[in-house]
Amino acid sequence: MTAAIQLQGVTKNFGRTEIIKGVNLTIDRGERHAIIGPNGAGKSTLFHLISSRFPVTAGQIFLKGEEVTGLRPFEINRKGLSRSFQVTNIFHNLSVFENLRCAVLWSLGYKYSFWHRLAGLKDAHHRAEQVMEDIGLSRRHETPAGILSYAEQRALEIGITIASGADVILLDEPTAGMSKSETEDAVALIRRVTEGKTLVMVEHDMGVVFGLADRISVLVYGEIIATGTPEEIRASVAVKEAYLGTSVDHD
Amino acid sequence: MISTFFRRDRLLLWGGMLLVGILLPRFSSSGLMISLLCQIGIMMIFALSYNVLLGQTGLLSFGHAIYYGAGAFATMHLLNAIGKEGSVVHVALLPLGGGVAALLLGILLGWVTTKKAGTTFAMISLGIGEMVAASSLMFPVVFGGEAGVSGNRVIDKIGLFGVTFGPQVQVYYLIVAWVFVAAMGMFALTQTPLGRMANAVRDNPERAEFVGYNTQWVRYIMLVLSGFFAGIAGGLTALTYEIVTAETLNAYTSGAVLLMTFVGGIGFFYGPMIGAILIVIMQILVGGITHAWQLYFGLLFLFMVLRAPGGFASLIAIQRRLYAAGLFGRVAPWYLVSGIPGALMLVGLIGLIEMTYAALSDEEGEGAIATIKLLGEDYALNTFGPWLAAAAVTLAGYALLQLANRRLFREWNGALATLQGDND
Repeated sequence: MTAAIQLQGVTKNFGRTEIIKGVNLTIDRGERHAIIGPNGAGKSTLFHLISSRFPVTAGQIFLKGEEVTGLRPFEINRKGLSRSFQVTNIFHNLSVFENLRCAVLWSLGYKYSFWHRLAGLKDAHHRAEQVMEDIGLSRRHETPAGILSYAEQRALEIGITIASGADVILLDEPTAGMSKSETEDAVALIRRVTEGKTLVMVEHDMGVVFGLADRISVLVYGEIIATGTPEEIRASVAVKEAYLGTSVDHD
Repeated sequence: MISTFFRRDRLLLWGGMLLVGILLPRFSSSGLMISLLCQIGIMMIFALSYNVLLGQTGLLSFGHAIYYGAGAFATMHLLNAIGKEGSVVHVALLPLGGGVAALLLGILLGWVTTKKAGTTFAMISLGIGEMVAASSLMFPVVFGGEAGVSGNRVIDKIGLFGVTFGPQVQVYYLIVAWVFVAAMGMFALTQTPLGRMANAVRDNPERAEFVGYNTQWVRYIMLVLSGFFAGIAGGLTALTYEIVTAETLNAYTSGAVLLMTFVGGIGFFYGPMIGAILIVIMQILVGGITHAWQLYFGLLFLFMVLRAPGGFASLIAIQRRLYAAGLFGRVAPWYLVSGIPGALMLVGLIGLIEMTYAALSDEEGEGAIATIKLLGEDYALNTFGPWLAAAAVTLAGYALLQLANRRLFREWNGALATLQGDND
């Protein structure tokens, strides 16, 4: 079986600075994979490369066995990869429901249609309602996304990401800035909505990472220094030295 | 329940609009009134089409008139062609030809202009607009040079049921029909997947790309459709005035439709229609009274940008919400209280502007003493009297308005706070 995501020698330079230095990484289908690393390690940049927000400088990216290097974001999305953003990235003037409906339209095949009536699209309606229930925002149906609370916006961010039914999900710091109880809710939500899918996430909260991930990759200064199960990562001397040294005492 | 209510509400609104449109000439059928109504109808379609870009897709265009002009010229040439050759196509359908011509122009130029959104789009639309306007004077066969292209809309002298489009009022009814059809079409567009995704692209193009949409395609198709409706408006201009000049597609016309749409309100579907009514009335009625009408126009625009950026439609929407919440009665009296000094200030200001205009213009001839007419009396403007009086009225109005507004704003904020409290 081909991997969900495979990176081969992926490199990214900003000007003369090398941010990502030849990353090789294979993420299997159905796996929950976390990418951790100190600030400035290039975790978000790596996400931007996989989702084609930035073009790679060198290297190749494969999605479910198919090369996707250099495709545009919407093309990669149509191939079944969907991502969230570290800074909330939603449609501020549209209601929660409309945000989610916009997120499902392409995958249901409505594309650029101006010959369908939105109100008549039962499948889009049901799918949006379903996701809205999954992320616990049903009572915010008509609320403009811009005036939701922070935690609600983060939930909506995840909702938009999963709504299309993509089977490879990238979440960029889904619990950043959340309180402890909000984080617990978010983890439960992520676990629920990524059931049976491939999940890749960047996360700072070690509790979340070790609780959720099947495998973990440690990115330090643009290089992956270790990949393995949570136990392996916890036991790795290299990781401790490079990164976990001071924060391994989380439990 | 709510949705059925709104649907009935909407039906009433559309029906009411159509009825008003049909009945208006009954109340006043003077030539001025009919041509005013014709112009309002045409501008309603044009401004609505502009808002397909600005309000719905977030594209600020400085060159939308090229589509309007393309529709006008195409319709005029079609009219002349069927006048010569004879045709089964009815004159009433010609604006559709204008729409198609503009649509084709949109397909051609839109791919370039919609590559990027934001400032880039605005700049390119300006550049392409100027390019088309400049080339209109270079190809006199198509655009008729300085004189424009003229024609005769009365092709069928007997006419179906006596409708020859000879009398202006018959053209007016044709415009009413087209306003209705075009407005319905554009409203329907807002209720489609493309229409909604245009809103999404307006709000956050990056996110739209990450839910599978090529934002350029969304902008492109919206621009082409918007051009189509602008072309219909242009076609109606050709039939109404029987002459089309290069002015229909130049920057002045592009600017006018932008102001109209903005003053009316870009956040509401019907906003541009209100803008069209207000601005055309200003152009034709105020323009008939004073030469300084463009100055008033500018002041109105300035006021709206600074004080009511949502346009008149947003002001109306807030009143409707207050009314629905039973709070309108609380603020309404204070509108009146503020309105009186406001009107006073306006009178003084108009006096000052008109006197300045009269004093600076040399219409009376060199050396003549400028005068101003008020209530049948002439006042010479080389004395301090009239100036002091107008300035005093303005200042008094301003001071009283500030005083009255304090109370108005207090009531207003209180009402809005209650309103928001209800929503939570």
